[in-house]
Amino acid sequence: MGNQLNNPRESSGRKIVIAVTALNAIDSPGPGVAVIRAIRECPDFEVRIIGLAYESLEPGLYMQDLVDKTYQIPYPSSGTDTLWGRLMHIHEIEHIDLIIPNFDAELFNFIKLRDKLKEVGISTFLPELDQFESRDKIKLYEFGKKHKLTIPKDKILYQVKDLAETAEHLGYPLVVKGKFYDAVIANTLEQAQKAFYKIQAKWGLPIIVQEFINGTEINIAALGDGEGNAISVIPMRKLYITDKGKAWAGITIDDDSFIELARKFVHVTKWRGGCELEIMLTADGKSYIMEVNPRFPAWIYLTAAAGQNQPAALVKMALGEKVTPFKEYEIGKIFIRYSWDLITDIRQFQKISGTGEL
Amino acid sequence: MKLKKNIATSEEGFIFNPGTGDSFSTNTIGTEIISMLKDEKPHQFIIGTICTKYDVDQNQFEIDLDDYLSQLKDYTILE
Repeated sequence: MGNQLNNPRESSGRKIVIAVTALNAIDSPGPGVAVIRAIRECPDFEVRIIGLAYESLEPGLYMQDLVDKTYQIPYPSSGTDTLWGRLMHIHEIEHIDLIIPNFDAELFNFIKLRDKLKEVGISTFLPELDQFESRDKIKLYEFGKKHKLTIPKDKILYQVKDLAETAEHLGYPLVVKGKFYDAVIANTLEQAQKAFYKIQAKWGLPIIVQEFINGTEINIAALGDGEGNAISVIPMRKLYITDKGKAWAGITIDDDSFIELARKFVHVTKWRGGCELEIMLTADGKSYIMEVNPRFPAWIYLTAAAGQNQPAALVKMALGEKVTPFKEYEIGKIFIRYSWDLITDIRQFQKISGTGEL
Repeated sequence: MKLKKNIATSEEGFIFNPGTGDSFSTNTIGTEIISMLKDEKPHQFIIGTICTKYDVDQNQFEIDLDDYLSQLKDYTILE
């Protein structure tokens, strides 16, 4: 069953088989499609891309110029045993060299399976469990205090009745956040309670209530080698923000303080893999880390366009290659996201829905 | 007042601040002022140049220039 090739790039012209998740290129997109696009653009290797999808209408699985074959995988809530069983079935057919998971919610399972995957010849390039957990929204404030990083004050709540006291402490407006996704700005207790229930229903408990910081939103995509070195750091200013707070357009910027901030984060955590720092830059020039996402962002293709192809560098490191940190990138490189009606056939939909493969 | 070193400008009046990602458009006279700021020309030189070239009341122009420079400062284009 196991792939016996130690370094697939040294094999006789064989394509590297890379499985990628998060093909949901929707209005609040997963990074999968952008990761694949960046990898495919790298001239240093040939790849076969296996899409791993949760739902049959994830657009990426119908993009056959990007994804060679797709398999459905079980939801993260099914646990590691179920995921392992499914991955081994796929591996028997596809001989996967590398898996790049891109959803926050699935990372725990993949990190847990990392050593077992390695035993059967599947590489990953993921943070350690303690690295992964240290930047969790629930622990971020403490993490910031420990490493002298500026993080907004917050309170972790398990009961809606604690909202009033927390609001009195933090003041309005405040931000009500889910443990995985979603954030609502609340100006009154009533709005905060409504947001609490809504987010609880969707993502469960706890709920994070955070101090509201006003400023300019900057996002930083970074890639760590696991030894404390940042291989690449690209800061991006959001130019157009959707109602879900996602960047619909953005531009690479030149500010050494953001690069230093990301390097510091990678250094103190010894981060392995891709990550995204969400920064709020206040009018008085203070940079708050609002969140740290433990995977590539959906705009990751901009790093390739700006001259630092982070997904391709991750592939190389995951396969054992030493990658020299990037130094330069193009400033003023803009991405503008767009929507496109991809046309497919009921037979395709039926195939993925019925057999779990496409 | 000096233009920040990293500010990119074009002859068409486009100004890009690579530190913030902000970009602006300015009219012909604004472009000329930016160009003089880039060359580190003194305030009085800018006033003299524009008032000689264009039919404009000097007092009015001085008010407008102060307003323009204050906008550039707000947008962190000036040092």
